[in-house]
Amino acid sequence: MATHVLDITNEHCPMTLVKTKLKLAQIPAGDILEVLLTEGEPLNNLPRSAREQGYNVLDVSHVEGKIHKVTIQKSV
Amino acid sequence: MSENKKLSIIVFSGDFDRLTAAFTLATGAAAVGYEVNLFFTFWGLNAIKQKKGRSFVGGSFLTKIFGFLMGGLHNTPTSRFNFWGLGPKIFRHLMRKNNVATLEELVEAAIALGINLYACEMAMHVLGLKQSDFIHEVKDTLGVATFLELSEGGRTMFI
Repeated sequence: MATHVLDITNEHCPMTLVKTKLKLAQIPAGDILEVLLTEGEPLNNLPRSAREQGYNVLDVSHVEGKIHKVTIQKSV
Repeated sequence: MSENKKLSIIVFSGDFDRLTAAFTLATGAAAVGYEVNLFFTFWGLNAIKQKKGRSFVGGSFLTKIFGFLMGGLHNTPTSRFNFWGLGPKIFRHLMRKNNVATLEELVEAAIALGINLYACEMAMHVLGLKQSDFIHEVKDTLGVATFLELSEGGRTMFI
């Protein structure tokens, strides 16, 4: 089980969501993806959207400033 | 929940800005788990041509001229501030500078996300275009009845 990191702090709508979706599709089931994102639209929507699509959102934590980290596990 | 998560967009416009809006909505929706159908008709067909620049695609002399004048994805004009073709170049520059996805990147993302691309049979007939003139990700050529069937139970937009 590996942990992958995706930084979307410099991305804008819709690529924040698109890059996360494509990365989650790419990693093996059971792996963990840590997404670094900014407050506002990405933080408000990404964890919810991941849950809705059947992924496990393990944690949402504050990193620094406006940056947060969402930890998602791809379901087996 | 997931049964209603479907977005179907009729992409009528071949304008750079309107296509950007259509592909932004489509990719964003697909990324949050929507099934997305894009139905290209008339000017919108320029966005899915295999030849992204100007080429004489078409059946008759007249449609070949039309094909050349319309061009492909790289020739799409902006609906305002086109400035004889300079507008899209300026917007592409601004988008790159601000790290916003360009139209070409959005089209690539749509393909990567597995969005369903369809072409309108009637408009293709008028413009002398064949399915082989389009990128091979275009799944099928359809008419109104099939589009209505595909879009049923979801949301539909016209751009």
